[in-house]
Amino acid sequence: MSDAGSLVIKGGRVVDAETDRIADVVVESGRIVAIGDDLSGDRVLDAAGCIVGPGLVDVHSHLREPGKEEAETVETGARGAALGGYTAILAMPNTTPAIDSAAVVRQVLELGRPTVCDVYVSGAITVDRAGQQLAPMAEMAELGVRLFTDDGTGVQDNRLMRRAMEYAQGLGVTLAQHCEDDALCGGGHMHEGEWSSRLGIAGQPSEAEELMVMRDIALARLTGCRIHFQHLSTARSVAMVRDAITSGLPVTAEATTHHFTLTDASCQTYDPVFKVNPPLRTADDVAAVKAGLADGTIGTIATDHAPHAPETKELPFDQAPPGMLGLETALALALTELDLPIRHVLGLLSWNPAKILGVSEVHGAVAVDRPANLCVIDPDATWTVDGAAMASRSVNTPYQGRELRGRIRHTVLHGEAVVVDCEAQR
Amino acid sequence: MSAPFRHLLGVADLGGRDGIEEVMRLTDSFVEVSERAIPKVPALRGKNVAWLFYEDSTRTRLSFETAAKRLSADTMNFSVSSSSVKKGESLRDTARTIEAMGIDAIVVRHASAGAPHRIAQWVDAAVINAGDGWHEHPTQALLDTYTIRQHLGDLAGLRIAIVGDVKHSRVARSDVLAFTAMGAEVILVAPPTLLPPSLAGWPVEVSHDLDAVLPTVDVVYLLRMQRERMTEALLPSMREYTATFGLTGRRVDRLADHAVVMHPGPMNRGVEISADVADLPRSLILDQVRNGVAVRMAVLYLLLGAGADKVPAVDPPEADRSVPVAAGDPAP
Repeated sequence: MSDAGSLVIKGGRVVDAETDRIADVVVESGRIVAIGDDLSGDRVLDAAGCIVGPGLVDVHSHLREPGKEEAETVETGARGAALGGYTAILAMPNTTPAIDSAAVVRQVLELGRPTVCDVYVSGAITVDRAGQQLAPMAEMAELGVRLFTDDGTGVQDNRLMRRAMEYAQGLGVTLAQHCEDDALCGGGHMHEGEWSSRLGIAGQPSEAEELMVMRDIALARLTGCRIHFQHLSTARSVAMVRDAITSGLPVTAEATTHHFTLTDASCQTYDPVFKVNPPLRTADDVAAVKAGLADGTIGTIATDHAPHAPETKELPFDQAPPGMLGLETALALALTELDLPIRHVLGLLSWNPAKILGVSEVHGAVAVDRPANLCVIDPDATWTVDGAAMASRSVNTPYQGRELRGRIRHTVLHGEAVVVDCEAQR
Repeated sequence: MSAPFRHLLGVADLGGRDGIEEVMRLTDSFVEVSERAIPKVPALRGKNVAWLFYEDSTRTRLSFETAAKRLSADTMNFSVSSSSVKKGESLRDTARTIEAMGIDAIVVRHASAGAPHRIAQWVDAAVINAGDGWHEHPTQALLDTYTIRQHLGDLAGLRIAIVGDVKHSRVARSDVLAFTAMGAEVILVAPPTLLPPSLAGWPVEVSHDLDAVLPTVDVVYLLRMQRERMTEALLPSMREYTATFGLTGRRVDRLADHAVVMHPGPMNRGVEISADVADLPRSLILDQVRNGVAVRMAVLYLLLGAGADKVPAVDPPEADRSVPVAAGDPAP
């Protein structure tokens, strides 16, 4: 996997949870072999003025394979991830067929192996994500699956969710929930409020998310199972998770980049590039999500990278599918929009999600003897987002034309420089 | 005269009171045309107008078609059955296909809010919104404004009640914007289940008591009540709706003598309006339909006529001469 010989990343500021210093990093045979001053190697990657951080980790990527290869494949998704500084991503199970059995887990793991990013796989909680019958979690856990979710939909049935949590607790795995009460959402296409009322679009009330957050906190207390809340989007969801963590429950949460950068006012163009689930909410919700990211309530930034083929977004708002690209813009959005120290941002994007995935031995640190999974960030570079220039097969970025600050310069995966000077190497 | 707007997607495109007044003045002229023995002028000769109706409509399409024909425009109907949508042609492809045939204006009706706005982003032709989902129906608001003005004069200071299913009504959204732009007070009267989830930013009052409101208003505007709302748990029954929000013969007596009754059609007689009320002299429902043609002539003329810079008329001098002028009004 790694290049022959040694690689030295020169002159950067090395930052992880333990370290913050200007140093050279030498990589050999897939591992970090030295960190220090004036080191040399067979090949040099310049990092002057840059941050040398651990590779980023995304706990929420839709790679669309199998079933929707016209929108994305594991290979193209992984390439976009590498360009965005990621060395590990978690494939969501809402494929066709769903990842709800060992056979499909094996298939996606196999597709991920030759790519430029470590592709981990999540499994469905219920068969075909239909919310009726538990999926064979033990056989999937046997293959290394550590997180189960019906993402795209929440498990509606209270008793089934309780049983799933009890069963998962016995396997030592985490359940992740897309919190949305289907009946209360009732066919809504955006956040229910001032803008939906004005635009004449059916809305989804915040309470549809909050009711399920509330239920799952209660079930975490009942069962002791670890629960991870996906894409928190409302102020009250953040407050409930804060209280749950304070009271010692095994709860973690993520927020997407779009939920801390965009509001429902974006929908006034009727362009479904702004349609996403959970929907873009109000400025107050955005502020609460940012506060949650700052105080540790929300420990992880996730992308919810959701490619859709262009023709599916050339429809009226209520007919288009929800979802946005995220892998190639996440770091820059965090640096541009969050007023947080770089170490805090890297925690949100790297070592915290690595813990949720149970891959902290492989990802999330820059230290001698650790696998060389790294990203080199130019924190001052500005660039303009262009969906057509992305590695994704789709172009549905809501940030088209926006200027962002902070760019991934190099990405190193198990010692191999897979991105050099913003270009994917394979 | 040139249109201050390139498309008519919503009432806001008209540019407030002044813009609406301009349409009203031009409508006066076209009302006069409509009363001629041969109600036809060559103002839009050589212009092509296409109907792109994704949702069933008889009256709005007929009204637009009559308006276009009285202006001598050529019209064509791109009929979109729900099955052809299911065959998978995107909205963008459909719109661009029509435009490629050399169309100057596309009149769109669609069950989805914002569909005309999307089309306007993709084509150069003028796009007229003939109703998009629950969102807007701007020519309806113009004909309603015109009808009120015709019967009660200036809207400024009038008090208008809009009664019924505001939540799902594009007519209500456009009427609120147009009536308030003209200086009227608007009061929405409905059970909370039939109001939009948020009225933040709407310059309206709200009441749940029709009997209390009726004596205070100059216009009572009834919205169509659709039976499918029963299945969404929005109302216990049609019977209860009629009992509390229907304009019955008994209730209509609470109105001031000069007050008028309006409805966008089609009416559900016996539900939101009783049959005897619909046929009272104070009911302006047929005036609304009649004025709809003249208002749509004005809108088409503004967007495509001699004043529309982007599309020179085939024969400008004749087109100019053809513009009807109402007594006392400046030449358009």
